[in-house]
Amino acid sequence: MNYQFNFEWIGTYWPVFLAGIWMTTKLIAVGGVVGIAVGTFCAWARSLGPKWLGIIVAVYVELIRNTPFLIQLFFIFFGLPALGLRLTEVQAAMLAMVINLGAYSAEIIRAGIEATPKGQFEAGASLAMSPIQTFRHIVLVPALQKIWPALASQVVIVMLGSAVVSQIAVEDLTFAANFTQSRTFRAFEAYFVSTAIYLGLAILLRFILIQIGHSIFATKRRASR
Amino acid sequence: MPLIDIDALHKSYGETEVLKGIDLHIKKGEVIALIGKSGSGKSTLLRCINGLEQINGGAISVDGQQLINDEMHLRNLRQKVGMIFQQFNLFPHKTAGENVMLAQQVVKKTSKSDAEAMARKMLDRVGLGDKFDNYPDQLSGGQQQRVAIARALAMEPIALLCDEVTSALDPELVGEVLEVVRELASEGMTLIMVTHEMAFARDVCSRLVFMHQGRIHEMGAPEEVFTNPQTPELRSFIGMSH
Amino acid sequence: MSQIGFWDILTNLIFATGWTVLLSIISFIGGGILGLILLFARIGKRKWLQHVVKVYTEVFQGTPLLMQLFLAFFGLGLMGINVSPFLAASVALILWTAAFLVEIWRGCVTAIPKGQWEASASLGMTYVEQMRHIILPQALKLSVPPTVGFSVQVVKGTALTSIIGFVEVTKAGTVLANATFQPFTVYGLVALIYFALCYPLSLSARKLERKLNAAH
Ligand SMILES: Nc1ncnc2c1ncn2[C@@H]1O[C@H](COP(=O)(O)OP(=O)(O)O)[C@@H](O)[C@H]1O
Ligand SMILES: [Mg+2]
Repeated sequence: MNYQFNFEWIGTYWPVFLAGIWMTTKLIAVGGVVGIAVGTFCAWARSLGPKWLGIIVAVYVELIRNTPFLIQLFFIFFGLPALGLRLTEVQAAMLAMVINLGAYSAEIIRAGIEATPKGQFEAGASLAMSPIQTFRHIVLVPALQKIWPALASQVVIVMLGSAVVSQIAVEDLTFAANFTQSRTFRAFEAYFVSTAIYLGLAILLRFILIQIGHSIFATKRRASR
Repeated sequence: MPLIDIDALHKSYGETEVLKGIDLHIKKGEVIALIGKSGSGKSTLLRCINGLEQINGGAISVDGQQLINDEMHLRNLRQKVGMIFQQFNLFPHKTAGENVMLAQQVVKKTSKSDAEAMARKMLDRVGLGDKFDNYPDQLSGGQQQRVAIARALAMEPIALLCDEVTSALDPELVGEVLEVVRELASEGMTLIMVTHEMAFARDVCSRLVFMHQGRIHEMGAPEEVFTNPQTPELRSFIGMSH
Repeated sequence: MSQIGFWDILTNLIFATGWTVLLSIISFIGGGILGLILLFARIGKRKWLQHVVKVYTEVFQGTPLLMQLFLAFFGLGLMGINVSPFLAASVALILWTAAFLVEIWRGCVTAIPKGQWEASASLGMTYVEQMRHIILPQALKLSVPPTVGFSVQVVKGTALTSIIGFVEVTKAGTVLANATFQPFTVYGLVALIYFALCYPLSLSARKLERKLNAAH
């Protein structure tokens, strides 16, 4: 093998990568926050909500968990306009990520809720709190605390999965590599660089999420003492 | 010549020294009870004798053979010295009979039929001849511990180490296990046991060893040690455990 | 061009599903074999080998599968191998699957209580004998549900190979969607096909898990 690796193009193309990183960051920020919110609602619906809602949520969760993210993305972006719902590329990508993370985090958070001792619910009821108040003030935070590491892993997985949104022309980090390699014909190097950046982002994102977990749950614990 | 020779044994976990120079010489057929407060290093001593822990200083020899920490020497040592654990540690994926047969076949290369004959004999000996095909989770704690004893005996060891073998048992099951141990003692098996059953220790043992903060603090014949403890630590320990 | 009807779409998709299934099986079996080899390095006694495998799993779990596919496709090309999308897809998916299976299986090995190691050691067994007779048989039992569960990820992962040009059910879907101007129907059908492949696996993973828990 006498191929000469060449990374000189970075000098010219780094702004494209920077823009790509920014887009990927925005996607996971929105997808992460809204996705976990959706997941929390669904977890509530499945474990404590009305039965009919629980069934709808169960179907949603199973459909999403048993189909590829790429197909979900294509269905939303190419398929939904047939129903009159036309989204921009970025909107479609964000929606797909929210729906995807929502389903996975619902299962994770539900496990946390179901591990809550029954006495906690009874204590809430005995203080004349409504079921929703009990959930919000007594059950949710310890449940989230228990499953936070698993949730953090899932957010990282969704971030890495977002690489495919370049397929609907969202200008994310993968798009930057596609774009660069089409101009420079340095495909391997371009993907190598973007892969390394993804690895850095994954490590950073995980670190940030763990820190967020520490700060949320540490202050709650102190406050409740 | 003593069967087990322990000289100036030192053992540390990281910074903390757990055994601070143990000298103990055990003759064939002796029954030794190790007593002492929790954390005094009794388990660690047994584990060192069995090579489950690497020692940091001193020497242990068993039947004239120095304990050396490589696979071949450990294998030899462990065929001579069996160990019974507080938590039984039966293999849950094997029946009682298979538990007793496995190491004979794997370690001693005994044929299957010989191993099975031995297993039946040993299970009979601990009173569980009818439990050969039962899995551990179908047995009571006391029965499991007796299978564990049979498993160790099937290797034909020259000494047995017993670490609080009745501590994980419901009170009504303690007796059946102690009965087996008493039997072994009367048959001349060399035994070193950590125990909190003071009455049993007094009754069965030839020597009591009181450990305190990683050292042998006092030792002697049971009657002597119980009726005339020399140190305030042992006095308070005996007082405590009555 | 003549009209492509619903049944034409469906038969074309089902035909392409064969390739999805084949690639899934290759990835799973290949990844399983590689994963087993890596597992022995990961839980073995050589420190440096443990580290190599640890870095391997972290890299493959910490980067997008899509990037791994691109790198396999272009990387194999650089090595002078004439790469078909199928070859690149198989290589990348095998490497990726192995990285996840190693971690799943290692978790099962470390879940075996310490007492099992000590009891077998006290009976004179060597490390290999302990593994062979005591640890692995028990870990194997624990590993079945999560391994079956992970096969769902493998099936879904094969969808990405469409992007490097391998014609499986997702790629067939994109082609048909463009040709028929019926993306809603086509992608809906593709989704249902994946669901039909994955849901039974998910269900059996859950059942196995429940059975395992009930046994203890
Ligand atoms: N694996 C270990 N790592 C660190 N410290 C240990 C370990 N095992 C035992 N120790 C410490 O060694 C001391 C002696 O323990 P042990 O031999 O179990 O005491 P005993 O059996 O008399 O209760 C204790 O202080 C214990 O905390
Ligand atoms: Mg102890």
